[in-house]
Amino acid sequence: MTYSNEYLGMPVKISELDNENREFYQYCAQHDLHLQRCDECDLLRYPATTACPFCSCLEATWAAVEGKGTLYSYGEVHHAIQPAFRKHTPYLLLLVELDTQKDQPQKFDGLRMTANLVAADGELASPDLVKKVGIGTRLKIVYKDVDENVSIPLFTIDEDADQPSEPWRYAIE
Amino acid sequence: MAPGADIEATSNKYLRGKYAIVGVGETGYVRGSGRTTRSLGTEAVRNAMQDAGLKNTEVDGMLSYSYNDSTPSPTIAGELGIRPNFYMDVYGGGSSIEALIGIAIGVIEAGMCKTVAIYRAMNGYSQVRIGGTGGKGSVAPLTGDSIFTRGYGLMSAGQMFCQSFMRHMYDYGTTPEQVAAVKAIHSEHASNNPKAYYNKRVTVEDVINSRMIVKPLHLLDCCVETDNGVALIVTSIDRASDCRQPPAVIQSVVGRCCKPRADMHYQSGPISTVAGHYGKDILWANAGVGPEDIDVTGSYDAFTFTTLMQLEDYGFCEKGEGGDYVSNGTIRLGGKRPNNTSGGHLCEGYTHGISMVIENVRQLRGNVDDSCPIGADGKRQHTYDYSEGGCRQVRDVELTANLGWATPGQGSAMVMAKY
Repeated sequence: MTYSNEYLGMPVKISELDNENREFYQYCAQHDLHLQRCDECDLLRYPATTACPFCSCLEATWAAVEGKGTLYSYGEVHHAIQPAFRKHTPYLLLLVELDTQKDQPQKFDGLRMTANLVAADGELASPDLVKKVGIGTRLKIVYKDVDENVSIPLFTIDEDADQPSEPWRYAIE
Repeated sequence: MAPGADIEATSNKYLRGKYAIVGVGETGYVRGSGRTTRSLGTEAVRNAMQDAGLKNTEVDGMLSYSYNDSTPSPTIAGELGIRPNFYMDVYGGGSSIEALIGIAIGVIEAGMCKTVAIYRAMNGYSQVRIGGTGGKGSVAPLTGDSIFTRGYGLMSAGQMFCQSFMRHMYDYGTTPEQVAAVKAIHSEHASNNPKAYYNKRVTVEDVINSRMIVKPLHLLDCCVETDNGVALIVTSIDRASDCRQPPAVIQSVVGRCCKPRADMHYQSGPISTVAGHYGKDILWANAGVGPEDIDVTGSYDAFTFTTLMQLEDYGFCEKGEGGDYVSNGTIRLGGKRPNNTSGGHLCEGYTHGISMVIENVRQLRGNVDDSCPIGADGKRQHTYDYSEGGCRQVRDVELTANLGWATPGQGSAMVMAKY
């Protein structure tokens, strides 16, 4: 079967041939973050792939991962390219480094997820919320449901975490 | 690694100095060419043949690169009466040209052909805009491999690279003003380039005050989109000596060198480091020289930041000091090591890199096409007065380096020497 539904007005169609991504987004639909753990070198990876990007082993096992991390870098889009995002500017392009597997396999490596900043309910962040976030902000994963087989993983400010007094932001607001 | 040391990753070092660029040609850099990419490519290759003094029977190889937005080699060759013994049209934009020059050397070395024309023909403004302005791709269904990009509104080059740029500012304290200096300086160079699309000088303040596209990129941190055909011709140094112009001798090439995770550069290492960090060990070893020996650079300026990060990672300054390097006068005409003396992609026009190679070929010939008067010998009488509208020839150019950018994770490079 081919899944079909919409997110922000964009149709979502994960091919029935794309086994790795179907499994990843199926876990997301259950609001569980699962990543593939290599059966040989034991390292997790993101996004879903056929082989291990560290040792090229083809065998992996899905493992539960805590969806918490720190904002590693970001961009702030003021000129949207895609029609779906035009009414949401400015929106944040997050690069979130998960706490899991930080500085592995080598220092400065990590599991980094792209995402947008959203409010706790999964809606794209308001301009006021956008201004509160910078490099160092603690974030947690939330999901926006598309259908029974797909939810989109997104990140919101982790209100329960210790936050930096002033996250690093671009010099000019 | 010390310059000149041999490493295993390189091609046969004895190809150093054995091939050259003998002809360069282009159409104008315009918005609204009013003609096909077939027409643009054909004129560009013809102009490069004329420049080299080569007849159509003397060119027997052809290469091009595109994003499926161009006209393929057999058509261009057919129009010009060139019968190829070899041709190949590859998919790709930035960093293609240095890699293709390496491929041209390889196919000539393999005996497949003798002289190769390479071109890029594009209506980059009037037909297929790389910057993306809401074309078909922006409304295509989200697939498993694109939810984590287009699903997050992450699609254009600026949107894909911005996190590397921002992290460089965080890691090293690079300021918006330092980065903006790249555009301001390239605009000075373009003001001395009559064929540049944008030839008006702008200031650092103009860049900072231009509207934000995707933080940290203002409008003027982004390159121009134009329509143009651009071509060059590669052949062996023996054949080159019979051509009309002094050859630009190829010392070293790096072709599409990648960071770990070539597909997703941000999954590996510090993202404020780019592919040049790896490319430098191939480039300088193959060339037998180091960055300190280079007179003129052509560091790809899809964005102001790409120039800065590559100059830094290829070793023109210490890691993290790129902000100072691009803003302290070094890269300006009259400075120690000017960059993109044509004005580059930020000002002259957008070609995915080949025009920056052509500019360095002209610098090595000592005959850039500025507004200086042409003497009785047919050469320009350069004044070395770099004020607006003046000269852009650099004095005594012996060695140039081109640093091509595809993404933070992928790049190419080349060193050329005066004949």
